[in-house]
Amino acid sequence: MSLESQELDELKSKIGRAPTSTELQIIAAEWSEHCSYKSSKKHLKMLPMDGPLVINEKGYDSGVLDVGNGYVVTAHIESHNHPSAVEPYGGAATGVGGVIRDILSAGTRPIAIFDGLRFGNIEKDQQARWLFKNAVTGIAAYGNCLGIPTIGGEVEFDESYQNYALVDVAAVGFGKKENLIKNHAKKNDLVVLLGGSTGRDGIGGSQFASDSLESEDRSAVQIPDPFIEKLIIEVILEARNQNLIHAMKDLGGGGLSCAVSETADALEIGIEMDVEKVHTRESDMHPDEIMVSESQERMLIVTSKPKLKKLEEICNKFRVGCSVIGRVKSDNYMHVKKGKKTFANLPTDVVANATLLDLPSKKPSYLETIQKEKKFKPISNYSKTLMKLLASPNIASKIWVYGQYDHEVGIRTVVKPGGDASVLRLDNGKFLSVKIDGNPKQCYINPREGAIGCFEEACRNVVCTGAKPIGMLDHLQFGNPKDPEIFWTFLESLKGLTDFAKYFEIPCIGGKVSLYNETPAGPIKPTPVIGVLGLIEKTPLIPQKITDGNCLVIVGDTKDEMGGSEYFEYIHKFIGGTCPTVDFSESKKNMQSVLNAIKSQLLTSAHDCSKGGLAVAVSELCMTNHIGCNVSLEKIPGEKLDIDKVLFSESHSRYLLTLEKKNLKKLETILKKNKISFSTVGYFKDNMIQFMHGTKSIVNLRVDKAEKTWLNSLRDLVLHG
Amino acid sequence: MKTIVNVGVVVFPGSNCDRDMYHVLTDVFNLDAHYYWHEKSLPKNIDAIILPGGFSYGDRLRAGVIAAHSPIIHDVEKMAEKGIPVLGVCNGFQILVESGLLPGVLLKNESLNFMCEWTNLIVENNKTPFTNQFKLNEKIPIPIANGEGRYYVDDDILKQLKKKNQIVFRYSQVVNGSSNRIAGVCNEEGNVVGMMPHPERAVESEINPTDNRPSSLIFESLLVKMGVKN
Repeated sequence: MSLESQELDELKSKIGRAPTSTELQIIAAEWSEHCSYKSSKKHLKMLPMDGPLVINEKGYDSGVLDVGNGYVVTAHIESHNHPSAVEPYGGAATGVGGVIRDILSAGTRPIAIFDGLRFGNIEKDQQARWLFKNAVTGIAAYGNCLGIPTIGGEVEFDESYQNYALVDVAAVGFGKKENLIKNHAKKNDLVVLLGGSTGRDGIGGSQFASDSLESEDRSAVQIPDPFIEKLIIEVILEARNQNLIHAMKDLGGGGLSCAVSETADALEIGIEMDVEKVHTRESDMHPDEIMVSESQERMLIVTSKPKLKKLEEICNKFRVGCSVIGRVKSDNYMHVKKGKKTFANLPTDVVANATLLDLPSKKPSYLETIQKEKKFKPISNYSKTLMKLLASPNIASKIWVYGQYDHEVGIRTVVKPGGDASVLRLDNGKFLSVKIDGNPKQCYINPREGAIGCFEEACRNVVCTGAKPIGMLDHLQFGNPKDPEIFWTFLESLKGLTDFAKYFEIPCIGGKVSLYNETPAGPIKPTPVIGVLGLIEKTPLIPQKITDGNCLVIVGDTKDEMGGSEYFEYIHKFIGGTCPTVDFSESKKNMQSVLNAIKSQLLTSAHDCSKGGLAVAVSELCMTNHIGCNVSLEKIPGEKLDIDKVLFSESHSRYLLTLEKKNLKKLETILKKNKISFSTVGYFKDNMIQFMHGTKSIVNLRVDKAEKTWLNSLRDLVLHG
Repeated sequence: MKTIVNVGVVVFPGSNCDRDMYHVLTDVFNLDAHYYWHEKSLPKNIDAIILPGGFSYGDRLRAGVIAAHSPIIHDVEKMAEKGIPVLGVCNGFQILVESGLLPGVLLKNESLNFMCEWTNLIVENNKTPFTNQFKLNEKIPIPIANGEGRYYVDDDILKQLKKKNQIVFRYSQVVNGSSNRIAGVCNEEGNVVGMMPHPERAVESEINPTDNRPSSLIFESLLVKMGVKN
């Protein structure tokens, strides 16, 4: 949990002397994987980060998109995996807090939270259940108190997360372009630490997160206080309105060390600070502890002397702590003192820029054998299989989760959680659609195609609400990068995401890399999580309401690519096979055609086809609309496949469109013009989910019965085991 | 007829529905609304007071209990005595209960979880400044979002509440274990009303998945009471 010996030598040669103990602590925090991205940074540059809507300013912790009429949307994604695996309530809660402050630091008000949660097998594993339950409560307690709606996300369970937890939090902010903080500082400006007091919690947190989880180091886990965070939000926005903030940075991993060095480095200034000025929770803290404490709910602000009084007045109004801890200098040094005594004096570029690594990579040996498929015993009762899938933790409704999140506060939530993407209304009359998606089962079998699949799925979800994708967030979560086989999976995923982003011209506006996600049984499956933001320019929105007699049209081919499917893994307990791949040109055509159809107001609803395949996607439409559907399997677009494959394949680029019969011709014209593979496969009526093959009934399920199982099974599992 | 109605939205540290309420009062119902920070006093010419939802003081000790001791509560009490309409929503209701302006207590939901969902209210008293436009037993589709929303009174007080017509809203079905499915009550005079569900989240059709008309009547009732609408 400290510097490696060659890093120590490097530091000595860079500063020309032996470092002090405080300097060692600062460097250990800042050069940790968590803060420096030393293993990944070289490669992350391949992602396209510019686009017509992207606003780039130095020192931003979140991505900024221009959504027109003088407004911007900001977005960021973070995780809090190591802390959540030890203390799920506090770990997950502080994860929310951190990403919210990233949004705030651009000068925008946070308006939505999304969370992606991953745990071990909760059907078998008590600890996974405990982690899941408490992570959800932690997120709820924090987000609800802030009054920021948690409006979407995903939950997944997989054996590879046994004794571990992935807690990813994405946040979206909104504000006026003119209110964005333009980070700048000049000599003798003041450096102010604002917010909660600095204590001994979270000490060494970033190093803890940069190592495999071997010990339950509870002191490295931060303690959440959403009430202070809420006050900080209001203080910062009021200070922003009065133009009191020159530059701003959230205190996250590495605490003051990172915030001070990164601010100084980004703005090309020096900062001299006195640890005695920091308001602390305990009286006898050593300078080393003060510099690396990761106590939450703190912001670093650069302001000028004449503005300080007003800033202090705002802080007093909200009873938020505010200390002038230092001032801006012109020497590009980070100078840490206690009274008159110097404890650290380091060039900021040395602190803020760890030497980047170029780690070796090698194709994992497991991939040589995993693609082979097994023959399974034929399914005798598909209704039963479908019911089993609807009740399975990965497919069952997540209402037990999002029902605990205030998803209405802020009165922007137009499309509520539980469907594809969630939709927020913006003050300029436009709508923002957001979804995050991951699929470690597919990424394990094929890291590249799996990652592309996550990206496309998030796009599909956003497209189903009528939104055009305008930006992407990537969160890359892998095991120990020093294992060349793991690093290969990281590079493959990244390359896949880059190719897709470039082809579709969707800029990556923010991201995070989380490595060393190792469990006692080995590394986690490669888990890239992709967030996509889409913009809807025009109303009316697609109604998402199906009525009696509506037709069901399927766009996109169903293919023989069952690897990583819930059907293989949950029903047959088989890991392997061919991972679904995305044909970029087909994907683009399908996306554009669906957007066209929505814009032309031809559809009553649009739904993405993913986990559990067609059978689950059709069931979801039936259950959420309380209506039956009769589908003819031989009409499903694509090559001729066995019945189980047609029902459960998780091929990408597929959409379920529903519409009134009278609009069918018009829809067919759009789809034919774009040479889309599609077919009208059934009609909505009565109260049965029915799949027919010719005259033979394959699935025959009552909608209300399916719905009851789908809605309640996850809650029952959590509460009663 | 009065043209300007001055509605005060009281803001406590941790209030988080104040801006939503302000938007609805000003942008949807064209009222003249102002924020009042909990340490300030209320102006004499105020026409109505709303305590919005949120997590005042982070729900520490018990939801609403610390805010109930804020300086502004003295002014709210005085205004309430004078008969000025006061509405507490969610945390605002909890504060009114904790300050003794309304009877009963709010306990943790039976599920012990925070609950955010759409439900239906039934109007039990249509004589208050916030319900005078409803028919008795009218249904209101509306969302709840709370962790401590279970209204509790003992049987004796419940009898009193019924006798004095102080039950304003009830849930149409069991939601969180509230006594008698109570979702909102008023004082004996009827001018102070508290309710757990959020009417400000239900008055705009864009974000209301069913029918925004009934919730709008809560605000229109106030307009009628103030004499700006017939």
